[in-house]
Amino acid sequence: MEEASVLMTHAVGLHARPSVKLTKLAKTFTAHIELAVSEDGPWIDAKSIVRVMAAKAPKDTVLFFRAEGDDAGDAVSALTALVERDFDEGQADAANA
Amino acid sequence: MPPTPDRNGLLFQGTPAAPGLAVGPLIVLEDEAVPNEAPASPAGLDPEAEAGRLRAAMSEAVAELAALLADLDAETAGIIEFQVAVLEDDALIDPALAALADGKNAAIAWRAALDTQIADYEAADDEYFRARASDLSDLKDRVLRHLSGRALPAQDLAGKVLTGRDLTPSRFLETDWTRGGGLALRQGSPSSHVAMLARARGVPMVVGLGDAELPDGGEALLDGESGLLIVDPSSAERAAFADRQAAARRVQAEEAAFRGKPAVTRDGTPVAVMINVADPAELDALDPNDCDGIGLVRSEFLFHRAGGLPDEEKQYRAYRRMLEWAEGRPVVIRTLDAGGDKPIAGLTMAEESNPFLGVRGLRLSLAHPEIFRVQLRALARAAPHGSLKIMLPMVTRPEELHAARRLFDQALKELQDEGTACAAAPMGMMVEVPAAAIAPELFAEADFFSIGSNDLTQYVTAAGRDIAAVAPLNDVSHPAMLKLITWLVGSARALGIEVSLCGDAGGEPSRIPALLGCGLRSLSVAPLALGRTKAAIAGIALGDAHG
Repeated sequence: MEEASVLMTHAVGLHARPSVKLTKLAKTFTAHIELAVSEDGPWIDAKSIVRVMAAKAPKDTVLFFRAEGDDAGDAVSALTALVERDFDEGQADAANA
Repeated sequence: MPPTPDRNGLLFQGTPAAPGLAVGPLIVLEDEAVPNEAPASPAGLDPEAEAGRLRAAMSEAVAELAALLADLDAETAGIIEFQVAVLEDDALIDPALAALADGKNAAIAWRAALDTQIADYEAADDEYFRARASDLSDLKDRVLRHLSGRALPAQDLAGKVLTGRDLTPSRFLETDWTRGGGLALRQGSPSSHVAMLARARGVPMVVGLGDAELPDGGEALLDGESGLLIVDPSSAERAAFADRQAAARRVQAEEAAFRGKPAVTRDGTPVAVMINVADPAELDALDPNDCDGIGLVRSEFLFHRAGGLPDEEKQYRAYRRMLEWAEGRPVVIRTLDAGGDKPIAGLTMAEESNPFLGVRGLRLSLAHPEIFRVQLRALARAAPHGSLKIMLPMVTRPEELHAARRLFDQALKELQDEGTACAAAPMGMMVEVPAAAIAPELFAEADFFSIGSNDLTQYVTAAGRDIAAVAPLNDVSHPAMLKLITWLVGSARALGIEVSLCGDAGGEPSRIPALLGCGLRSLSVAPLALGRTKAAIAGIALGDAHG
């Protein structure tokens, strides 16, 4: 079991676009990946946008990830990195400009 | 126009969601959701067949949305992409499938499952999440239309003022807005996707009109700035509205022409125009090239959120983000200015007899050095990421400035000892306490002055802005104020200290001539006021008097 936690600073929290990015990334791994907004859960399927959005995690929530499976380690580090990069919002626009 | 006696129109007051003025026939959108009556469902529908129908309707909905995606901008595409992702998620359909197993009709099962989720979002504390309810309604309706075999209404909605309970983002996107028109919704939210789209496309929008009976086909005047809807207006109302539309078009064209250019007076004197920022989220919609930097960051935004006082990391990230946005332009971050009319639970003093004359601004920070230290450390860490300036509010005596500087130096030293990246930054002060404005020479060590015209005016005129009965006395153009600002600008120049103004007055065209007349050459205004401020400056000739 791989675990990690990361502070989400995205302006509006784990909301439509960030949720799309997060679940899309999660789906690229074969591991079973779960996410929670508190250390004790409840744990939800990080590949389900419906469940991820329903967690309604606002800005400045600490997100907890855990994963099990062959690529669990990579999955957890990729997901925490995405959150740390603020879901590539803002910077991406500048880069494309 | 019938020559009948001219009565005033029906007025409906809502909440503004997207600015602009629209005129057109009011079209009540049919509640395309679903028949309220459940289609007769003989007991024992085949769950397999119903599930198949539901899945087919969902795939059709996905295909329809995917077709929309082709010619959309990135922002809008993001919304549709989100809807597609939701439709493709099995977690969405699971509750409906469970109901089908009990022999329910697919439409009923689907609607019930989605209504539960919609209600859940509608009950959210956070407005952004509340607003997602309309995305789910959108999906619900779209799938239901396919289930029932009903096609989208072919009705041409272009150029009309549309009303209904709420509008779905996809319906918004399917509508041709190039011929004008607007949205007047009974429910809805200024934070919804549709509101965001409306602001981006310049479609006037009002939400929260409530349960009032809105006559289908009536002539409507919609004011997205004030939230007012007028139906069947009188000729006077119609004429007044047309005048406002014409004026708004002129102003819009003028502001657009000035917004992206440097501000220069008619006789060629450049004036720096910066922006005041209360929430970094505002910056997302702004082009840093339109301003000369951020003249005031109200760091209170970090302290008003749920979850207690912000830690160093959170503050550092927020400051860094603003510095990076500014691309090297100066960013003046004001340290916490709580107290007065900005209480913070657990920090500011409760029950002060006169909070505006109490422990507020820097006074409060110095009284809580453990909290101030966190902010100063975060600022020192952010400093390497741009051109940071630190501004202290409510400075009254030079000792306070010294104390703040000592604390900042300490924070820098701690960070350096820890091996954390950090940098020094210029430290200046708000000039908003009359004592500081009258005797600026006491503050020769300040790296810059910024006139806080809101508080300075209220202290000099002894009239609060928030007290309607004395509001007319609270006037930045009072000769005493202009005399004081002139004195301050002259003193600052003699001391070699740069001086700016960051109150609301800087963005009010009627006040700008007097402010420039006092010798000011740097203003910081609300982002929305950038265009009008620059336009006002361009209309001013300073002559030789104050050049």
